[in-house]
Amino acid sequence: MAEVIWGLATSHVPSIGAAMDHKKTEDPYWKPLFDGYAPAREWMAEHRPDVAVIVYNDHANSIGLDLVPTFGIGTAESYDVADEGWGRRAVPRVVGAPELSEHLVVELMDDSFDIATFHQLDVDHGLTVPLSVYCPEPGDAWPCAVVPILVNVIQYPQPTAARCYALGQALGRAIRSFPKDIRVAVFGTGGMSHQLSGARAGLINTEFDRMFLQAIETEPEKLAALTREDYIRDAGTEGIELIMWLVMRGALSDSIRRVHDTYHVPASNTAAALALFEDLGASGAVSR
Amino acid sequence: MTKAQDNYVLDIRQNRRGYALNKMFGSLTSAANRERFAADEAGYCDEHGLTPEQKASVLERDWIRMHDLGASIFYSFKLAMIDKKSMQYLGGVFTGMTAEEFAEALKAGGRKCG
Repeated sequence: MAEVIWGLATSHVPSIGAAMDHKKTEDPYWKPLFDGYAPAREWMAEHRPDVAVIVYNDHANSIGLDLVPTFGIGTAESYDVADEGWGRRAVPRVVGAPELSEHLVVELMDDSFDIATFHQLDVDHGLTVPLSVYCPEPGDAWPCAVVPILVNVIQYPQPTAARCYALGQALGRAIRSFPKDIRVAVFGTGGMSHQLSGARAGLINTEFDRMFLQAIETEPEKLAALTREDYIRDAGTEGIELIMWLVMRGALSDSIRRVHDTYHVPASNTAAALALFEDLGASGAVSR
Repeated sequence: MTKAQDNYVLDIRQNRRGYALNKMFGSLTSAANRERFAADEAGYCDEHGLTPEQKASVLERDWIRMHDLGASIFYSFKLAMIDKKSMQYLGGVFTGMTAEEFAEALKAGGRKCG
């Protein structure tokens, strides 16, 4: 059976990808952030998954205004990198895992989550930047297949944090019931506190972010109990992306170990963080 | 200059109000459309059915007005990128700062907004 080997929470700020694409990671502005990633990257490179399930949101690229699905899963064999208005990122196209996608859609529907399916999807920075955080030098191909899971965080009302956490728990069950011996990593992306528009643009709430970084490991129920208004007030109109971390956290078992985390202000207009958790599984034993 | 609202939340009403505007920005994900927009901004706005106020806000790059009229930042940012304006520039516009001042505020730990 499939197993979840680790979960990664990471910001998906486009400029983090641009810093890598334009070889600026050693610049004084960016170096602290990328230095903070290093231990997690080393560990992940030694614990390669076969498939990454990446929970992210589209930013007005593949999902427009006409139809806004609350939860969706990509079911394609591959996904092109989106032109977001300034050309495509020069990173490899994303190879899908359609059998796992289909399994997840069926299992989640049976678990009463009504999932939209994307048979065609161009993936934007929300998905490709986390892949680059995981694997900075992919060469011609990413080191794993990908199942994109999309969450509406752009249009209000977004799903509740509690619903995202419950989706994650169902996702974890669905992955673990996939009848093939594959290793799966789950990415929860976005955040941390940031607001791009309005008089509160530039908002950073370090106190909230630090609380969240701790509680995502030890008290996810507390984060799931926060309302969308709480998220928008405390983390900013775009900081509500943090609800996607709860999908990742829900997919992990009760027994996890924090491998590494890092927090840095700013990446562009955003407080950026990474938190990596090894899933110790039902046995609770540190694996490999 | 008008002051920006604290938050621009793309709720159902704002989506309906800004539909044509955001739809036009969204079309700029195609290189061919970016060229057409650059060649005739006013015509491109008309083609997308913007109201006269929305069209004026685009042509004048009145970013706050644009958002008061329904624009959403993930859409309007595509226009900013055509102008080669950064998110720090827009942050400055919303908060009455230069792009440099806004970037410095972020480097200093970000803005504390209660």
